[in-house]
Amino acid sequence: MSDSDSNKVDKKRRRMLIGATAVVGAAGTAAFAAPLLISWMPSERALAAGAPVEVNISKIEPGQLVRVIWRGKPVWFVKRTEEMLKDLASNVPLLRDPDSAVDTQQPPYAKNEVRSRKPEILVLIGICTHLGCSPTYRPEKAPADLGADWKGGWYCPCHGSRFDLAGRVFKNVPAPTNLVVPPYYYKSDDLVLVGEDGGAA
Amino acid sequence: MAAYPRKTEATGLLGWFDERFPIVETWKAHMSEYYAPKNFNAWYYFGVLAMLVLVIQIVSGIFLTMHYKPDANLAFASVEYIMRDVPGGWFIRYMHSTGASAFFIVVYLHMFRGLMYGSYKGKRELVWLIGMVIYLALMAEAFMGYLLPWGQMSFWGAQVIINLFNTIPVIGDSLSLWIRGDFVISDPTLNRLFAFHVAAVPMILVALVFVHIVALHTVGSNNPDGIEIKKLKNEKGIPLDGVPFHPYYTVHDIPAIAVFFMAFFAILFFLPEMGGYFLEHANFEPANPLKTPEHIAPVWYFTPFYTILRSVTLSPFMGTLAMFGAIIMLFLLPWLDRNPIKSWRYRNTAHMLNVAIFAAVFIILGYLGVKPVTSELKELGVRMTEIYFLFFVVIYAHSNSHKPGRYLVWFLALAGAIFLIDWYRYNPEDIETAKQIKWQWIWPIGYLAVTLLLPFLVRPCNAEKAVPERVTS
Repeated sequence: MSDSDSNKVDKKRRRMLIGATAVVGAAGTAAFAAPLLISWMPSERALAAGAPVEVNISKIEPGQLVRVIWRGKPVWFVKRTEEMLKDLASNVPLLRDPDSAVDTQQPPYAKNEVRSRKPEILVLIGICTHLGCSPTYRPEKAPADLGADWKGGWYCPCHGSRFDLAGRVFKNVPAPTNLVVPPYYYKSDDLVLVGEDGGAA
Repeated sequence: MAAYPRKTEATGLLGWFDERFPIVETWKAHMSEYYAPKNFNAWYYFGVLAMLVLVIQIVSGIFLTMHYKPDANLAFASVEYIMRDVPGGWFIRYMHSTGASAFFIVVYLHMFRGLMYGSYKGKRELVWLIGMVIYLALMAEAFMGYLLPWGQMSFWGAQVIINLFNTIPVIGDSLSLWIRGDFVISDPTLNRLFAFHVAAVPMILVALVFVHIVALHTVGSNNPDGIEIKKLKNEKGIPLDGVPFHPYYTVHDIPAIAVFFMAFFAILFFLPEMGGYFLEHANFEPANPLKTPEHIAPVWYFTPFYTILRSVTLSPFMGTLAMFGAIIMLFLLPWLDRNPIKSWRYRNTAHMLNVAIFAAVFIILGYLGVKPVTSELKELGVRMTEIYFLFFVVIYAHSNSHKPGRYLVWFLALAGAIFLIDWYRYNPEDIETAKQIKWQWIWPIGYLAVTLLLPFLVRPCNAEKAVPERVTS
């Protein structure tokens, strides 16, 4: 066969065609993948389930913890005793953020020593700020497994994080921040609405 | 490529196929004329056993899928239905749950074999890397499968694992929301992990096992002596120390499979829950998003990495990084261990101790992962995590045994790093932890002394032996 011009490979043209095909192919793949990946976002049904929850606190005994569900997460109500409130101050040197300096963890009205609107009633989202387990309520003092310094609080069974009775995290545990205080307000002395701030606090 | 029409020595039906598909060629390349070293020992059973378990998992899994309902409201009950009402359903499910643990037992032993005999060396890096990807895929597969019964452990285990993505700065929250498809683990999460568990990941696993073997058969199998048998061949080009895989090793493997089945079915029939380690007790309670079980631990095969996760308390993201880093380090092994001698039989004593201690530390980390956290065990976890990562530095330091003076430099640098971390962690106000830090430093420092000071001070412990030309026994 003679080596005529028509048989010569035009490498530049071939590279251009390969490049153009690859770009179109990549765009096609992306266009195909996008709806598949987007389908993983929360559905409309999941988004719709998030209304505020009303809770009657009149029947909570001193020291008792009551769980309710808000947005699929456990929310705790604890009626703290005088002694529990008094003990909070003694934990301060052992805490990572005793003054609730991290603003995302509580609304402004819960940024105080007791982390609540009314000192005796504590409202918290019962999800560990480490990896999302629900810590165990351990109100007793100095149990064998938690050590002599324990003044009551929460212990996370998953990775050993500890929180005091204001949901404040101890040092040297995996959880980085205090437990979250959800937005809430008192509709009356006995009724609390979780999920709304109730306008100006 | 073979010319058309394909020439074949085979006749009859086989000939008909061989003209249309390279059946004889493939059989020869991978079975009857694949020469494996003749000195394989018992450690070489675990590769074939892993394949056997893969088959058990695929077959039992297909049959479980026929009765299981991937729906948050029905899943738990459908598993109980399989256990109680489906004829022989309990057998199929226990086969699958025992198979999951058996898979990890044989894979861990298979990996340890590679570590002992340096099976990631001599152009076998890709075999090792593909194997590590198989291990990762296997962990993903096991994790997703564990969610399906929708018990308490399924739920809270998945909660923790998916929240690992939450710890990634900036994109973490949206990423874990995207993975869950809801604000909490719920029906969409179950449904999508089901799809991955029964379709996507098994397909990937089978493909990976295939390329693992193709890569292995391209470079040839390693052996307990770490000798390249292809270096010495007879006049026909057959390795002097090789025997055809079929029939020698195929037959050789049958008794091993029989022994494996004895253990496997003994567990299946008499101890299917293995005292709460293969199937955890809390998982016999339906998932409850309001209450984490009193004591939660992952299934045993994840516990070493789980301990690493909870030992690194610097920040949650650092914990996640440490956990994944522990796996990534294994990927890098072929490039860290640069010593030309493959098998630990001919390496120095310090290297043997290093590998043995690493295996022991991995087991201790696993043990700590199933125990609740006390200040003593927590500190032990930190120390074992330190040794886990030090192993990869020490194996690099052992790459060259001819300059023992360097061991001292490595010892001082690494011990210094350990004490620097201790100095950073030490807080006199936290009495319990401080007390533990003050004595448990002996673990990593003792480890460094045994692996680095010992070969520096006692020269026989640094002596490498001559690798023989031919395989032994």
